Amino acid sequence: MSILIDKNTKVICQGFTGGQGTFHSEQAIAYGTQMVGGVTPGKGGQEHLGLPVFNTVKEAVEQTGAEASVIYVPAPFCKDSILEAANAGIKLIVCITEGIPTLDMLDVKVKCDELGVRLIGPNCPGVITPGESKIGIMPGHIHQPGRVGIVSRSGTLTYEAVKQTTDHGFGQSSCVGIGGDPIPGSSFIDILELFEKDPATEAIVMIGEIGGTAEEEAAAYIKQNVSKPVVSYIAGVTAPPGKRMGHAGAIISGGQGTADEKFAALEDAGVKTVRSLAEIGDALKEITGW
Amino acid sequence: MNLHEYQGKQLFADYGLPVSKGFAVDTPEEAAEACQKIGGDMWVVKAQVHAGGRGKAGGVKLIKSADEARDFAEQWLGKNLVTYQTDANGQPVSKILVENCTDIANELYLGAVVDRATRRVVFMASTEGGVEIEKVAEETPEKILKAEIDPLVGAQPYQARDLAFQLGLSGDQIKQFTKIFLGLSKLFHDKDLALLEVNPLVITDEGNLHCLDAKINLDGNAMYRHPDLQAMRDPSQEDEREAEAAAWDLNYVALEGNIGCMVNGAGLAMGTMDIIKLHGGQPANFLDVGGGATKERVAEAFKIILSDDSVQAVLVNIFGGIVRCDMIAEGIIGAVEQVGVNVPVVVRLEGNNADLGAEKLASSGLNIIAATSLTDAAQQVVKAAEGK
Repeated sequence: MSILIDKNTKVICQGFTGGQGTFHSEQAIAYGTQMVGGVTPGKGGQEHLGLPVFNTVKEAVEQTGAEASVIYVPAPFCKDSILEAANAGIKLIVCITEGIPTLDMLDVKVKCDELGVRLIGPNCPGVITPGESKIGIMPGHIHQPGRVGIVSRSGTLTYEAVKQTTDHGFGQSSCVGIGGDPIPGSSFIDILELFEKDPATEAIVMIGEIGGTAEEEAAAYIKQNVSKPVVSYIAGVTAPPGKRMGHAGAIISGGQGTADEKFAALEDAGVKTVRSLAEIGDALKEITGW
Repeated sequence: MNLHEYQGKQLFADYGLPVSKGFAVDTPEEAAEACQKIGGDMWVVKAQVHAGGRGKAGGVKLIKSADEARDFAEQWLGKNLVTYQTDANGQPVSKILVENCTDIANELYLGAVVDRATRRVVFMASTEGGVEIEKVAEETPEKILKAEIDPLVGAQPYQARDLAFQLGLSGDQIKQFTKIFLGLSKLFHDKDLALLEVNPLVITDEGNLHCLDAKINLDGNAMYRHPDLQAMRDPSQEDEREAEAAAWDLNYVALEGNIGCMVNGAGLAMGTMDIIKLHGGQPANFLDVGGGATKERVAEAFKIILSDDSVQAVLVNIFGGIVRCDMIAEGIIGAVEQVGVNVPVVVRLEGNNADLGAEKLASSGLNIIAATSLTDAAQQVVKAAEGK
């Protein structure tokens, strides 16, 4: 078991024939992901990486039975691409692209919710179920099938957590990057809910960062609804207020969104927190007794 | 990206909102002329910087003659204004806004932000205008009224009326407030704002609503579709090193410490700063070199980090996911040679070919310390910065 995707998930790629789409689709195919085609308007009927190219997502869904789509198109076109996928019957959309205007995301989020479509990202590494399927830009080889579910706002911090859980021999059930934007398609809570229900996930690592209140909301949710052990790290204790730290969503504004507040909320919810990102694996070992 | 008050008011005027008649000037002569063009016998002169707290810092003055306008402009143009929101050097003043004077009977607050929790643009209004709204929110949250805007249908007049009645407005003020509310909402959406504040929104002696200040923050991600706003950028208000980094697509934020950091990924860059602090050091900066840490980008990143004189040591922390660490090591070696780095550099490479990368660094003959783990890297760089 796993969450969101497994070896049977049929995936298409929007922005398939572009540089990013090509490179990461090749990697995904090599990893074992069931890539069934791609979409590039105007290139329908061609073949790319041995797979069919379609003009529209609708055609791709009709002809391949794709359930998931990964989006690599440039930011100005992402709103359109996400809405196209959502309206074509895709149930899981993973948007990797960084730099989507925030107001575009407000519209997109409303429509995805209305259509019952799950959106992961944008500005994220994607989703992986180790040994089965990877949708996104994460390096597959650092993962190992196993029992820890990882959810994070940051790509490289996810890789650090993956590396540590692999080194300890725990492995991962699934890893989800929800992205560094202020308005993500899926929240920590959405993913925590899936991990709690997933029998393969025995413990959860949640990696947050400064900005917004998503970690505080997650803490309240964990307190009420999550029975599995949770280890959490929050990046940005040393970040100054009012400065955007790389990610569009990583900013302390109006005194809100500090790492200290988030640590406090998580600790209050019974989450094992670590102040050093190098200690995620050790903390898991400690609280699970593995 | 932020706008100056005079630019914000120009946008307000474009959307039919009530703002004072005024001119943004660059010379003392123009300041005096502006008073004559506006007419009347009392004006307000305001130094234009991207920071709040200008009044208390002497950057806003009520004047009664054109000579006073000239004097004020002479005093401030070309100087830096230091407010509680700026750093110790302050922000350079290159324009003065000269406006006609408004009689104030009452001060309200009206603002809008993208609220992350509700995933809506949320308007906030309060009878407590003219003061810091964060303080009001903290001390008397019940005095902040809110209206959430549905992304698909936009702001509705009833939402404005609801706020207006709660603010205690009456008669024609309700209509005026509705017009302002709907205008601001349209502006917010048309121009991809991230934050908008009218503080204060005043009621004049005649009982009319008037936008006395304008604070606008734009969504940097949406600038590609607003060349008109892009043209309003004032680089003099931005940190020089941050702007230089941005030109190379590097994310850089200056901090107070003495350990320079170069990291791939925003989250890991923050985590690296935190781990330095945890081991007793002080990070000098946040710097994300992004996914493709090529020799050119690494070299530029070194240059920017080392342009800060307080840097005593540099920590390079790279998680090579898809890229190979030996290639990154070559990039670092090349950059260190090219830039002439003369402070100790601690490098932690993890991921693809990390061992090969570490070997290359060790045999380079340069002052590069290859760390064995993240914790080791943090400890080594803290020691190096202390000169041990």
